[in-house]
Amino acid sequence: MPFVASSKTRPEYDVIIVGSGAGGGTSAYVLALSGVKVLMLEAGRNYDPVKETPMFQTPGQAPLRAASTPDKHFGFHDATVDGGWTSPGEPYMTRRSDKPADTFHEAKDHVAFGTKQEWIWWRTRMLGGRTNHWGRISLRMGPYDFKPRSRDGLGLDWPFTYEELAPYYDKVESLVGVWGTNEGLENTPDSPNNTLLPAPRPRVPEMYLKKHAAKLGIPVIPSHMAIMSRKMNGARIAKALHPGDANAQKLSADGINARQACFWATPCGRGCNIKANYQSTTVNLPPALASGNLDIVTDAMVREVSVGADGKAAGVHYVDKKTRQDVHVKGRIVILAASGCESARILLNSRSARFPDGLANSSGKVGRYLMDTVGAGLTGQIPALENLPVFNDEGAGGSMHSYVPWWLYKEQLAGKLGFARGYHIEISTGRQMPGAGSLGFLDSVTQGAYGKRYKEEARRYYGSTIHLAGRGEMIPNDDSFCEIDPDRKDAWGIPVLRFKFKWSDHETKQAAHMHATFRSMIEGMGGRVLGTPQTDGNKAIYPGGGIIHEVGTTCMGADPKATVLNPFCQAWDVKNLFVADGGPFVSNADKNPTLSIMALAWRTCDHVMAEMKKGNI
Amino acid sequence: MNITEFPRISRREAIQWVIAAGASAALMPSQAFAADASAAAPSGKPYGTDPLLNHTYHPGELWPLTLGPDQRGTVVALCDLIIPADDRSPSASAVGVPDFIDEWISAPYAQQAADRAVVLDGLKWIDAESGRRFGRPFAGLDATQQTRIADDIAWLPKAKPEHQSAATFFALFRNLVTTGFYTTPAGMKDIGFIGNVALAKFPDPPKEALAKLGLS
Repeated sequence: MPFVASSKTRPEYDVIIVGSGAGGGTSAYVLALSGVKVLMLEAGRNYDPVKETPMFQTPGQAPLRAASTPDKHFGFHDATVDGGWTSPGEPYMTRRSDKPADTFHEAKDHVAFGTKQEWIWWRTRMLGGRTNHWGRISLRMGPYDFKPRSRDGLGLDWPFTYEELAPYYDKVESLVGVWGTNEGLENTPDSPNNTLLPAPRPRVPEMYLKKHAAKLGIPVIPSHMAIMSRKMNGARIAKALHPGDANAQKLSADGINARQACFWATPCGRGCNIKANYQSTTVNLPPALASGNLDIVTDAMVREVSVGADGKAAGVHYVDKKTRQDVHVKGRIVILAASGCESARILLNSRSARFPDGLANSSGKVGRYLMDTVGAGLTGQIPALENLPVFNDEGAGGSMHSYVPWWLYKEQLAGKLGFARGYHIEISTGRQMPGAGSLGFLDSVTQGAYGKRYKEEARRYYGSTIHLAGRGEMIPNDDSFCEIDPDRKDAWGIPVLRFKFKWSDHETKQAAHMHATFRSMIEGMGGRVLGTPQTDGNKAIYPGGGIIHEVGTTCMGADPKATVLNPFCQAWDVKNLFVADGGPFVSNADKNPTLSIMALAWRTCDHVMAEMKKGNI
Repeated sequence: MNITEFPRISRREAIQWVIAAGASAALMPSQAFAADASAAAPSGKPYGTDPLLNHTYHPGELWPLTLGPDQRGTVVALCDLIIPADDRSPSASAVGVPDFIDEWISAPYAQQAADRAVVLDGLKWIDAESGRRFGRPFAGLDATQQTRIADDIAWLPKAKPEHQSAATFFALFRNLVTTGFYTTPAGMKDIGFIGNVALAKFPDPPKEALAKLGLS
């Protein structure tokens, strides 16, 4: 029985994994299929996308037309349980721009843009974590992205090169299924032949954007999305992923073959009950559970890693939320994959006489170098797209078919831009299912129409808008971090985090550049901007945490005095302790982090297996 | 519903398809009219952070509704003034939009509570104005009379100072009717959304659309 109660766990596991999202799910897959006994602890409830996903539900079937509320921040049907920008019973503290510096306030906002909180933190409490609703955007970091300091003198270099991680990107893309194309562009790596799935045709407004953006020298190319655009050959893929291991091959192939190809409908943010896109719950966990090597305890809120007399991790303490009992489980190895900030919290709360500043923190860097992604967006209304004939342009619901990779490497290197790092552009457009507020722009563009004219105007304007969202690299800085609040505890008695966060001029100037670019792209299509392009990046940029790419809080590196983890994401101070979420990131390239989290986790687990076999841990 | 609401309802700012950006946001004060005691606070419970998603909800199922018969009559008349029946689709009231508006203004959340005050006071104003000008409530006016009032309040930037509050109400109400109508099957069909159906292949766009855009 793989889902177990606290009372039914084994006396000891080979590996305990804390968290079940992209990092935890990948780790469980690799380790359980490798034959070791794994316990996964998830702070939220069990969750089954096959049974629970509201696939074809329309907004009209939901309360309030599925609009955002303080209970469901991304709308009623979003695949988030007990979470969002706040999570019941689990407060966090942050500085606010409207309060005195160095005072901390409980985070209560449930709208990111415009918040006065310095940091806004998205969490969810469900099996699979944020992989259930994530954006599925799967971009490889490129060679430059691993050596940013070497290129421009800012931030930190990763302790290895792109070539080191590339084989793991290959594995992850093969297992999860990523559509995309190889374009041979600078710092935008190609995948090996037969790795990527075919990209769907662009939506019609994406085609129109591509044509007109070309005049500005801006490339529009197929996106890379963790969505199966066709069935995958389980046997072929599994054989390549697990050479010489017939059992692992069978488990993996069965998992892949149980997934169906995308049927070009329904919003991906709800999750997918035909398993067409990547969710830990539909891709990683089924084969891991089928191996018989994985036990999962849900509603298990981990508070501390326990340490033995030898100074090594002995297991973890968690609060069983159903019984409110404190439980200790033993493991030979502990992998934290609770999210960058949550894993840092666990380490900082693991204090002992031997480790008074928290576990794995002799460098003092746990919680430091907190990063998010730079985000800013603008919407355009394009007259040429008005009154098109009716056709189905929905595609993979809500997921972009095309995007713009960063294209100004040479200008930036020549110092012409005034900021150091790049961004890509995400495109939202097409004839998507109307939702609460999605036609709100009619008010201004029709200048107060009502009656039959209003209905005609709605037909005219529907499908004529395009939203451009920049997603850019943030450089780590000393002013952005999380630490334990000295006073506050959550509903389980566990001390909570408090946050400080600051953008540098590099990020705010980048956000202003995004707005200027989007304006020229929209006007290049003959369109008009809805809203106000900002020349002051501070007015354009999303708040820290708003893009939900929290990374960097347990950074890896080559120097034990300056970093938390070694290049295998293994704690310098505690050799049987690893981190497998976004925490080890040394930089936060404009490439959305999930694919890299999975690749790093896979590499970490290969290292774990090798070290176990050698008897080193 | 504030039209800046959209950024709140989708993944970050635009997982769905279009936002109403800040252009009109400044036109929407949170309190259109002076506070009025008529808007008693809603009594229902929020649906919580882990509601059942795979379920079809109906207005009144989660929290009690508000509108009495007279208020409802005014809401129906306004709904159908904004979205009347035509040869393509039925009117807003024929597909349940008044029920949605009642659900919205009865919801136990802060945004909806703010909208509740604007809507209830707006309904009161429009009936009073109808009585003052034509001696009958709004629902009893003929189309020409309704239009004469609506034209004064349909577009906030052009409304006279004495109509600013009413125009703010009308903008909110039109947004609610728009959301309510175009999220129904009839509204989706009217506007030309034919997705939300499983397809073996993502279809090619019509040649006519590509030709119009110079993409063929």
